[in-house]
Amino acid sequence: MGWARKILRVDLSKGTCKSEPLNMEWAQQYLGQRGLATKYFVEEVDPKVDPLSPANKLIMATGPLTGTMASTGGRYSVITKGALTGAIACSNSGGYIGAELKMAGWDMIIFEGKSPKPVYLSIQDDVAELRDAAHLWGKTTWDTEEIIKSSHHDPQVRVCSIGRAGENGVLYACIVNDLHRAAGRSGVGTVMGSKNLKAVAVRGTVGVSGIRDFKAFMTATTAAKKVLADNAVTGQGLPTYGTQVLMNVINEMGALPTRNAKDVQFEGARKISAEAMHEKRLSDGKANLVTNAACFGCTIACGRISQVDKNHWSVVNSPKYWGATGGLEYEAAWSLGAADGVDDLDALTVANMICNEDGFDPITFGATVGAVMELYTMGVLTKEQIGIEAPFGSAQALLEIAHMTAEGRGFGKEMALGSARLTAKYGHPELSMSVKSQEFPAYDPRGIQGMGLTYATSNRGACHLRSYTVASEVLGIPVKTDPLVTEGKPALVMAFQDATAAFDSSGTCIFTTFAWSLNDLAPQIDAACEGGEAGWSVERLAELGARIWNMERVFNNAAGFTAKDDDLPARLKTEPAQSGPAKGLVSGIDKMVPEYYKLRGWDTAGVPDKETLARLGL
Amino acid sequence: MQKSLHIDPSKCTGCLQCEMACSYENHGVFNIAKSRIKVFNFEHEGRKVPYTCTQCAEAWCLNACPVDAIRIDAATGAKVVHKDVCVGCKVCTIACPFGTINYVADSGKVQKCDLCGGDPACVTACPTAAITYVDADWTGLEKMRQWAGKTNTQSRASA
Repeated sequence: MGWARKILRVDLSKGTCKSEPLNMEWAQQYLGQRGLATKYFVEEVDPKVDPLSPANKLIMATGPLTGTMASTGGRYSVITKGALTGAIACSNSGGYIGAELKMAGWDMIIFEGKSPKPVYLSIQDDVAELRDAAHLWGKTTWDTEEIIKSSHHDPQVRVCSIGRAGENGVLYACIVNDLHRAAGRSGVGTVMGSKNLKAVAVRGTVGVSGIRDFKAFMTATTAAKKVLADNAVTGQGLPTYGTQVLMNVINEMGALPTRNAKDVQFEGARKISAEAMHEKRLSDGKANLVTNAACFGCTIACGRISQVDKNHWSVVNSPKYWGATGGLEYEAAWSLGAADGVDDLDALTVANMICNEDGFDPITFGATVGAVMELYTMGVLTKEQIGIEAPFGSAQALLEIAHMTAEGRGFGKEMALGSARLTAKYGHPELSMSVKSQEFPAYDPRGIQGMGLTYATSNRGACHLRSYTVASEVLGIPVKTDPLVTEGKPALVMAFQDATAAFDSSGTCIFTTFAWSLNDLAPQIDAACEGGEAGWSVERLAELGARIWNMERVFNNAAGFTAKDDDLPARLKTEPAQSGPAKGLVSGIDKMVPEYYKLRGWDTAGVPDKETLARLGL
Repeated sequence: MQKSLHIDPSKCTGCLQCEMACSYENHGVFNIAKSRIKVFNFEHEGRKVPYTCTQCAEAWCLNACPVDAIRIDAATGAKVVHKDVCVGCKVCTIACPFGTINYVADSGKVQKCDLCGGDPACVTACPTAAITYVDADWTGLEKMRQWAGKTNTQSRASA
């Protein structure tokens, strides 16, 4: 229970949609969403598979709390082998489509093969069918959603789709749902595009009824909601300022990677911060921020809805960007802003809109622009090659490159590679701020040491969301640790990785963990799901998290990753922070990795010991 | 004291907890398709608006019903559909100017907000107090208080 107990298998090569019972034995071991879908994936897909070949599969999965009254219970994840990374990919998104899929009666969809022509999947409760998408191919995610709603004569249908980036093979393409939420990282949208799958449209009216104990569930979810409401971060900080609450804080700490991580503080941070989003513009007297917004079921509501000045040079001739839409989250404000030295808030907001509109990851995109700007500054790339002068700080260059990437023209074709392949092509691989070919986000490992280990060991390539030790090192959740030291960080990272894997498998949002621990999650899962005699305890969820982490690791090792891939760009290890509290420091990653392996029960090559795998039932 | 649902759209985040609570209270299932309250999303204006029955004093649905299936709950003032009487003719859905009484294909009857017998589940579930249950004679009280607070007068102590 909690689960719909039914999965949809779509063979794109044959054009068939079949219903299968959910493997309940696996559900007991891997719960749902990230864990359970990854279990299906590793059982069915060769780790050596080319991510863009028909033999790769793509799974869209909900968790047992998706579509319930648990706060933030609207999440779904996309699991595949990442186009950008070649590693296991798991990208999580909110909005409404996850809950809609669950309410249509499905736990997950497994896509396999490749359609001979563009198609989209239509789901109306238990009726699923592939439909021709010739009229949608070449369209943006925004247009695709509108056309599907119109042709279905149903404004309540929920849509996720790829934009032109996913069609054109931009290696960091997203799957965008509900206009401005996205399964963003690792190129899951690129894989979708390689299968000629344009969109998924879902309408669910069956609902979620299989809750083990409704009364206990309502008690547990109500108590957990109160914890969120009473917490300063989830109750006040995030709804008021969004994740952008961090911009000035991280900059003050000297941990804001700036101009392709040449610096750790950005003089323009204030101008692109949450506070700036609240202020009225001098130009038109309106604020960038229109309102906050929630995803399905979320009682935090950190989402930003923004509107730019219609007379801003970047949109004055483009009315489609004049309305209110998804605004800047912290990571995007950083990647499009600080990473490129750009401090024009409205320009960043528009660049973010373009990423949503055509479906590409603003973190990788912005960080790649940063690398391009550095190559331009060095004279390796020229104005003629890029199509525009591209020094650090140029908002014009940022937006022109965004348009080129979205449309797949000119230098946009080079941008499609991401920073690792692009910098290597031009002879400077050291300028890619990435791990496993995926760019790291908005926390500099010289100023927040735990995040270095987080990036280096993340199973999906550099990412903040696998073990967000910022919570501890910056905000003191659950306990304050010193961000400038490496001592204790391997254990911290490991505990965060395991707990996060459990949350990512539940259907709830990782942002709840500013207030919730597994102590808050376990009673909600236990009330929703059959768990045998043992029930769903904190200990069981932590072990489940470790099981998922090791399962992902085993897949990556079999895919060809080794210990040398658990490393940071040389810049972070050899070029000390120039200013701020971390001045003079480099990342202590080399000290942390061996200790981390040991704690994990892995050998010195980063391979899990037999005993470790046996202990976790792998 | 008669109470009334009061909706402040500016506080709505679009989380749909109200719709979930409504479907659970009335159908025992989490299913927004069955909710009697609906949140409308005006995407390009950044506005979300919860909408449900206002319990008209002179209820057109009630007057239109040919079988007297819609009756007034004396305690709450809610206009309540009596499912065992309703024949599913849908005339009430035509009579209602606001669209807030709806046919449910599963049951063959209509449904509308009945104020949950005086303890509306949507109000309890709303995390931002966008939906409140207040004195029907003073639905504007909170708005009055906010505007009163903006009047340009000094406090007596500092005058």
